[in-house]
Amino acid sequence: MPEPVLELQGLEVRYGSVPAVRGLSLEVGNGEIVGLIGPNGAGKSTTLHAIMGAVPAHAGDVRLHGRSIRGRPPERIARAGVALVPEGRRIFSDFTVEENLRLGLAGRRKRNGADPLQQAYDLFPVLHEFRRRSAGALSGGQQQQLAIGRALVAEPEVLLLDEPSLGLAPMAVDAVFEALRQIREREVTILLVEQRALHTVALADRTHVLAGGELRLTLGPADAANKDKIIAAYLA
Amino acid sequence: MIVAALDFQTVSDAVATGAVYALMAVGIGLVFGVLRLVNFSYGQLIMAGAYTLAFTSGWPVWASVSTCFAVVIAISLAMELTVFRPLRGQSPAVMLVTTFAIAFLLQAVALIVDLRNDFIGEVATSISALNEAITVGGVEIRKVTIVAIGAAIVALVLLALLLTRTTIGLHTRAAAADFRTARLLGVRVNRVIMFTVVLSGVLAAAVAVILTVQVPLVSPDFALHDTIIVLVGVVVGGLDRLWTATLGGFAIGFASGMINGALPTDNTVYLPSVLFGIVILVLLLRPAGLFSWGRRASAERV
Ligand SMILES: Nc1ncnc2c1ncn2[C@@H]1O[C@H](COP(=O)(O)OP(=O)(O)O)[C@@H](O)[C@H]1O
Ligand SMILES: [Mg+2]
Repeated sequence: MPEPVLELQGLEVRYGSVPAVRGLSLEVGNGEIVGLIGPNGAGKSTTLHAIMGAVPAHAGDVRLHGRSIRGRPPERIARAGVALVPEGRRIFSDFTVEENLRLGLAGRRKRNGADPLQQAYDLFPVLHEFRRRSAGALSGGQQQQLAIGRALVAEPEVLLLDEPSLGLAPMAVDAVFEALRQIREREVTILLVEQRALHTVALADRTHVLAGGELRLTLGPADAANKDKIIAAYLA
Repeated sequence: MIVAALDFQTVSDAVATGAVYALMAVGIGLVFGVLRLVNFSYGQLIMAGAYTLAFTSGWPVWASVSTCFAVVIAISLAMELTVFRPLRGQSPAVMLVTTFAIAFLLQAVALIVDLRNDFIGEVATSISALNEAITVGGVEIRKVTIVAIGAAIVALVLLALLLTRTTIGLHTRAAAADFRTARLLGVRVNRVIMFTVVLSGVLAAAVAVILTVQVPLVSPDFALHDTIIVLVGVVVGGLDRLWTATLGGFAIGFASGMINGALPTDNTVYLPSVLFGIVILVLLLRPAGLFSWGRRASAERV
């Protein structure tokens, strides 16, 4: 496995006294895509929020290149090179498409190199076409492209995505997974939270199944053909 | 009565009052936008600026006015660093009570400072020359009326440019729209909050300058009445958007100026009752605010 960029070690998150994530450990190596699937309420979003510092970790550690980032505020973690595409996209619908992308620059560390907005436009040409329009006027699939583009302009080392295909039409879902393939070629390290198990298992280097806040099973790309195993993993 | 209301002097004074109240509304609305905090001590910031102008009345105008700005900005920043920041994330009720406490504290300090000479009240005279009337096209108009309207327009235009054309402005709007997501994107929210607190302080100082020209006698309850009316105005206008709050401030200032001119002098004591009557009516008919079309009453804040 490549050198780990992001590591979770025995991560525990609680809301009040209710545990949402229990002792979760996983690694994402440089340039890898790791999937995290599981039913609603499994603790997937909570895991991503804990990585970002948006919810406190009760125990365990989050490491970036071996250095603990636990306890840092979200804006510092974003500036350390971790970008989140949040559940429900959370684009700023009153702002223009371009303003949304420029907001993504808040998390950018590099101050030189190729125009980051142009990189997002290359990946999603429709964003360039509609850059002066209000983001709220975009379709669901376009808004998801905007949310991914907004994370990419920060030129993150680690990209976290929370159910990017949620609520999209089948064609838009395919577009999202195709974009992820292209982003992988840019050597971005990706942790992908999804409910579309088959798509995810087929794309990712490995996919962990989370249920009740615990890791239940790890699947490889070869398991994509084995629907029964995936379904069994969900039911376990 | 109607004729009195339409006389030019009344209308121009009402517009000037509206302009000043609009500036106060922006100052309150900006901070509300990012902190979700209605700052009831905003009037005391203005009061502090007015006292600074009074105590520096003998100084050259530029020095007196700059000191006023410096003092008000310093108090605003001190409030943020020593009170608001430590209380971040507390319930709105706690924050509200806290700003009341700050208001009383600042008033008490003002009273102690003021009473050193055994009189309550100090007179700010450094820029009272602005209170003179000039004749424009055959009508008399006080210079301060023109200054108030001009200052409000310039301040609002500059603010709009700052918010729409700069990175810190973009970050401020983002923090006001969705604080949590803005942080997740890497927006340094403490900077944004400092920025809005300074801006709101600048506006408070500008208002202090204009109000002391209109009413040179400064006492611990200076601007208190105005602040209450503006707070009513911004709530009626709708606090979830800056421009609706601003319009609300302008509208209530203009309305109180006109009602003031329309009511016989011995009836102006009824002004607050009339205003509150209007407010209750508006809140019943348009609970989301007078100027907020197609939006729900409470801003979504996750
Ligand atoms: N802000 C919150 N406060 C309290 N409980 C929460 C909160 N967010 C999530 N939970 C609970 O934590 C558990 C995990 O939720 P979540 O991480 O959103 O799951 P997933 O993203 O896998 O659907 C669920 O039981 C959910 O009800
Ligand atoms: Mg979720």
